Amino acid sequence: MDFLIEPLGYDFMLRGLTGGLLAATACAILSAFVVWRGMSFMGDALAHSVLPGIVFAYWAGFSLLWGALGAAVLVVAGIGWASRKEGLREDAAIGVVFAGFFALGILMLSKVATAADLGHILFGNILGVSKQDLIFMAIVTVFVVLATVLTFKELVAASFDPSHARAIGLSPSLVRFILLGLLALTTVVALRTVGVVLVLALLVTPGAPASMVSKRLWGIMALSVSLAFLSTILGFYASYYADVPSGPAIVLALTLFFLFFSGIGQIQKHRRQRRS
Amino acid sequence: MSEVRCESRRRALAYGGRCHLASLAGEPALEVKGVSHRYPAMQDDALSAVNLKIHPGERVALVGPNGAGKSTLIRLILGMETPLAGSVSVFGHSASRCLHRVAVVPQRSSIDWHFPVTVRQVVTMGRYVHLGWFRRPKAEDKEAVDAALEAMEIQDLAERQVGELSGGQQQRVMLARTLAHDADLMLLDEPLNHVDISTQELIFHTLERLTAQGKAVMVSTHDLGVLTVHFSRALFLDKRIIADGPPREVLTPETIAEAYGFEFHKDYAPWTS
Repeated sequence: MDFLIEPLGYDFMLRGLTGGLLAATACAILSAFVVWRGMSFMGDALAHSVLPGIVFAYWAGFSLLWGALGAAVLVVAGIGWASRKEGLREDAAIGVVFAGFFALGILMLSKVATAADLGHILFGNILGVSKQDLIFMAIVTVFVVLATVLTFKELVAASFDPSHARAIGLSPSLVRFILLGLLALTTVVALRTVGVVLVLALLVTPGAPASMVSKRLWGIMALSVSLAFLSTILGFYASYYADVPSGPAIVLALTLFFLFFSGIGQIQKHRRQRRS
Repeated sequence: MSEVRCESRRRALAYGGRCHLASLAGEPALEVKGVSHRYPAMQDDALSAVNLKIHPGERVALVGPNGAGKSTLIRLILGMETPLAGSVSVFGHSASRCLHRVAVVPQRSSIDWHFPVTVRQVVTMGRYVHLGWFRRPKAEDKEAVDAALEAMEIQDLAERQVGELSGGQQQRVMLARTLAHDADLMLLDEPLNHVDISTQELIFHTLERLTAQGKAVMVSTHDLGVLTVHFSRALFLDKRIIADGPPREVLTPETIAEAYGFEFHKDYAPWTS
């Protein structure tokens, strides 16, 4: 028991764990939509493109999360604008925006940050969550969860049958923008714990194994959140005891869950085939 | 009063805009006046100078080859595309202003069948047009959903995933969603594709019941064999209207040759027997 309780005796550890769990909740709630709507690339692009905002905030000396939030808003608007143009496929448009922003971010970073800070920004530092960060993360997470619950029927209707949505006056592009906005917010929350490079894992990986086990959207969401929670806790302790970065530890735990559930999925499929 | 409220609503806010406009006296369920349309970057018109009126109680088949503009016409009626020329009105009003009165069964290919939703969830989507943002289905919505499930004989499938069902069962779900919508004008885009014979019969039976209640129905189809039995009117479309009238009168070798660009074998004419 001491093994589990000991790290929680420090304030910064407790903040780290709480922050990690908040990020896990926000990401995992949206994970089902990211997986089922094929928005993985979009999630990755968003996470990477906020880098210049973070570096700017670091340089100017205000909270990195505010910098990330500002950049995320710009990126969502930019993608929305680029995908309205004809002649360029959306994924190509996203790719261009994403690579450009990320390169700019790295360039800025190499001018202003030390190697240690670079590591924390790219790969997360769960133990560096400040009290202000925590309040910010809590507010954003509550907002993301509330918004998802309140617009749930619209998110599902427009994902399942966009032409029906359009026919009842519910604009699928508006719904897509809502999802993009929520994704951007979530990315910002998860930056502290898993870092820019691995946010995608927290957005995609919980939903994938959950979809193999459950076929109900609520079931998938509940299972995603549970998996993300477990992985965050595992990653947190690994980070404390083995002195490894928190982001990769959390993501690796998630990946192991994914492998485990794909195994189960394969066995179930095999059994069904044998029965029929 | 509701008239004024509806007028000020923009298209983007139409969802859940609770306008219940009465039909203007003497106006048809659907009127398409001189509608032409062309998609961006295309050489030819998708539709040119289409005129048609459908009255309450009519059951109209929209017939034509692939690319004849059947789906385009349906999209224009729903306000999903804006016509280059001409106008569309539903019960005397612009369709986008009164969405709760028009329901559509889209083509199967436009739907993500693997998305994890149950049959009941999909049929409930037919009620969303009456609910709008943030409102949850009430008792009356649940009753409408149950009635629709029963009418399409899929109560037993209510908790199943739509992706697990057969093509015919999925089409029943789509029609149940339209029934739950409780619209006065129903547009069905190729509902007979990939459908078994019992589902086809159930679909026609349901459409007959609806038109007997005074609703107007338009069905796009490739199947010439069903026209004379199940429709009161057939509309041949190939970018423009080629023929319009009772199926027995318009279903001639000349019409078919004009619409499809080929002639049937002289002995093959099952609909004339």
